[in-house]
Amino acid sequence: MAAIPHLPEHQLAAHAAAYAAAVVEKRRRLVGGLILLVALVWAAGWMGDVRPAVFVDNLGRFASYFGRLAHLDSGALVLSDPAEWFWGAKKWLRLIGETVLIAYLGTMLGGVGAFLLCFHAARNVARTRWSAFLARRFLEFCRTVPELVFALIFVVAWGLGPLPGVLALAIHTMGALGKLFAEVFENIDMKPVDGIVASGGNWVQAMRFGVLPQVTSNLASYALLRFEINVRGAAIMGFVGAGGIGQDLLEAVRKFYYSDVSAILVLILVTVALIDIATERLRHALIGRETRA
Amino acid sequence: MSTPVATGIAAMLAGTAESRAALVARYPAQFRADVKARAAAIGFVVILVALFFGGFALLDISWVRVVGGMGRLGEFVELMLPPSFGATARLLAWLHSLAETLAIAFLGTLLAATLALPFGFLAARNVIPSWAMRFVTRRFLDSVRSIDTLIWALIWINVVGLGPFAGILAIMTSDFGAFGKLFSEAIEAADGKAVEGVRSTGGHAMHGVRFGLVPQVLPVMASQVLYFFESNTRSATIIGIVGAGGIGTHLYEQIKVLDWQAVSFLVLMVLVTVTLIDQISSRLRFAVIGRAHGSH
Repeated sequence: MAAIPHLPEHQLAAHAAAYAAAVVEKRRRLVGGLILLVALVWAAGWMGDVRPAVFVDNLGRFASYFGRLAHLDSGALVLSDPAEWFWGAKKWLRLIGETVLIAYLGTMLGGVGAFLLCFHAARNVARTRWSAFLARRFLEFCRTVPELVFALIFVVAWGLGPLPGVLALAIHTMGALGKLFAEVFENIDMKPVDGIVASGGNWVQAMRFGVLPQVTSNLASYALLRFEINVRGAAIMGFVGAGGIGQDLLEAVRKFYYSDVSAILVLILVTVALIDIATERLRHALIGRETRA
Repeated sequence: MSTPVATGIAAMLAGTAESRAALVARYPAQFRADVKARAAAIGFVVILVALFFGGFALLDISWVRVVGGMGRLGEFVELMLPPSFGATARLLAWLHSLAETLAIAFLGTLLAATLALPFGFLAARNVIPSWAMRFVTRRFLDSVRSIDTLIWALIWINVVGLGPFAGILAIMTSDFGAFGKLFSEAIEAADGKAVEGVRSTGGHAMHGVRFGLVPQVLPVMASQVLYFFESNTRSATIIGIVGAGGIGTHLYEQIKVLDWQAVSFLVLMVLVTVTLIDQISSRLRFAVIGRAHGSH
């Protein structure tokens, strides 16, 4: 057996003391952090009007709410009579289609806007410093204001209907995608661009032949991801009158049409899942193409 | 200077029409247009654009209406300036709601993370080997995640009544799904060698988890929680639209009564708060992740 060298006692003592001190210091910080956390939780609970007693008393209602969601007005289980459960299927499917369309149009509009702006927002390809600054601040504004706030304002300007929903999603998408696109641009290999500039190409040519071939599949992948998010976003646009299935869902919840609520929720869940699967496939295909190239 | 490559280069440098023809003759594959790929790309773009305009037609959106709304929006923006809160009492009420918003985001995120922790372990491949259990947990988390915070808020209002508490619970439920998924991925990505090391020196299985797994996973989880706190601050500003507390309630009211100066002031308040929280939280995130790198 190999001999394990032992430090002499007096040398070991110094290390042991240092270790103990480090442990004490770490524990002290941990306890301090915990105290701070508890204080924050208490303050937030006070501010947020948390009533654990109400919660415990009414937790049964939460469970029974889902129970009621699973029953028709007649008292039968929803699954026993799917035709009755989905009595409004025709209308709801049309609204779901509208929702997906709103998401698509919003993503397209926002994506095009983001694409145009990211040439200015990306540090390595931006032509002037002030345009880069302006583009960055503008994109920040677009993604910081929640899309529903834009939708609320746009509903007043454009009237009820899908148009304000499309525009609200487009603005938010532009902000979110613009940032991601700019990051993609900043991560490219600049050698092709240098090569084109060196052989006498202008800025547009450098962008077209030096930058775009490197970024297209990444941009498309981000846009698809955003489309997925926007379908979820479009589903609640109707809460403020900006089109899609949301309006009917809100009405059903407010008027306690339980089986309608569950039917619409199921439709939304299925649609979102289908779109998730489809976009994931597409994105993998895109990424595969990029690695092959 | 008599090799074929050198003559090729010389011809290229000369840049004459003949040399291009010679190059095309020598490297036909490089100069042939890839008709198939080009047709596919153009066809794809045409479909996207056709869908775009078709979509506008399907939704019955006329371009006249689009332009008309632009004019009205311009008027609103003019009316928004300068932002103003009116009476001081109103400002105080708004600040109170802003604090409420932060409380909703903070508590909602924290509760969601706490609830999701056990589910994260249940959905992780290296902890629970049974695929059936994992499948059920994953699907459950996915469906919880697919329902928007606002919809959860509507459901919770039925249970605990109007107010910020419903908002907290809504954020808790909708993020619980996302956290469960992210936590399970973090646990699956953890390096098993640390656990093996602890076990090989005679540590108990729980020692392996405590000293091998937790130090790897905790910083990742903490940074995810902070990131969600940021995005939840945004969600919490709109949750008031359905009556679940926070500044959204006031924003909704002021837009309804068309008090544009108040609206722009409220939007500014939201902007400043969200930016501040972003700054603080991204600093904290970098600190947390930095510590993780230090301990490796």
